[in-house]
Amino acid sequence: MLIPKLHIPDGFVNLPVSALFGLLSIAFVGIALKGAAKSLDDRTTPLAGLTAVFIFAAQMINFPVAAGTSGHLVGAALATVLVGPHSATLALTVVLGVQALLFADGGLTALGLNVFNLSVIAVWVSHFLLIALKRVLPKTKSGVTIAAAVAAYVSVPLAALGFTLQYALGGTGTIPVGTVAGAMIGTHLLIGLGEALITFMTVSAVIATRSDLVYGWKPKLEIRS
Amino acid sequence: MSRWSKKFYTFFFLVSLAVAGVLSFYASSHPDGLEKVAEDKGFLDTAKDSAVSGSPLADYGVAGLDNERLSVGVSGVIGILVTAAVAFAVFAIAKKLKSGAKN
Repeated sequence: MLIPKLHIPDGFVNLPVSALFGLLSIAFVGIALKGAAKSLDDRTTPLAGLTAVFIFAAQMINFPVAAGTSGHLVGAALATVLVGPHSATLALTVVLGVQALLFADGGLTALGLNVFNLSVIAVWVSHFLLIALKRVLPKTKSGVTIAAAVAAYVSVPLAALGFTLQYALGGTGTIPVGTVAGAMIGTHLLIGLGEALITFMTVSAVIATRSDLVYGWKPKLEIRS
Repeated sequence: MSRWSKKFYTFFFLVSLAVAGVLSFYASSHPDGLEKVAEDKGFLDTAKDSAVSGSPLADYGVAGLDNERLSVGVSGVIGILVTAAVAFAVFAIAKKLKSGAKN
């Protein structure tokens, strides 16, 4: 087995709490399905689909972060800057669904937990951070790219915090929540660096070639299709 | 779609294929952040097998393919194709919801 498990398995969090997050996730994905339309046109829809494809691929590349530990891309900030928060939620959810159903990665009852942390928390944190950072950074392509990298960095420990919350509410283990929180945040502060780097490189490449397709890069004139 | 867009999207797709199909073999197989924390802190044993753990593609390999490079690569390519099919269907539906709402 080359690729380690990437997502929350079944059993870490009890069924009632998993179900609760399942319902929350359904609600948020429903909102995204409605909201995505605004930013989807004939030009940008292929980019949304390909963003999901790229994230599936990139998540397979675990990179070493510390002794015996690896990390992998989430892709929430990347997707948010490329296609906007609603489409980003959908893209991440498709990836998580394919991974859980086909690759047995991420539990089935845990799917709502994973969707909530990655497709909802990480995406919306990225979205609001991008808005805030774009206000203070120079309004250039580099500015947007740096904003995306910073959002990527912050989104990872916050997604980890999402798991910690789920563990606090319904963890089946007997380990104190504080211990889990500290370890999750500490490890993911490191993993976030990889997330930021991959996001920075990918956004740089896309914005250099096709800035017209990038949601987070809106020149003053918006051409409506 | 313009030729320039087609080229861009084709390139984006080919990069993803190469990452999942070839580069994935070189991924670190150490446990990721969550699994490592669970292992170190002692709640990894609360994990249960997924109901689909018997999937022929479980754990990013192809059942019956003994060559590891081939196994992970082919599973990655299948993953890319399935993700593409599902994602394009989802975004086509999302896009339709817009035109539906307008009419």
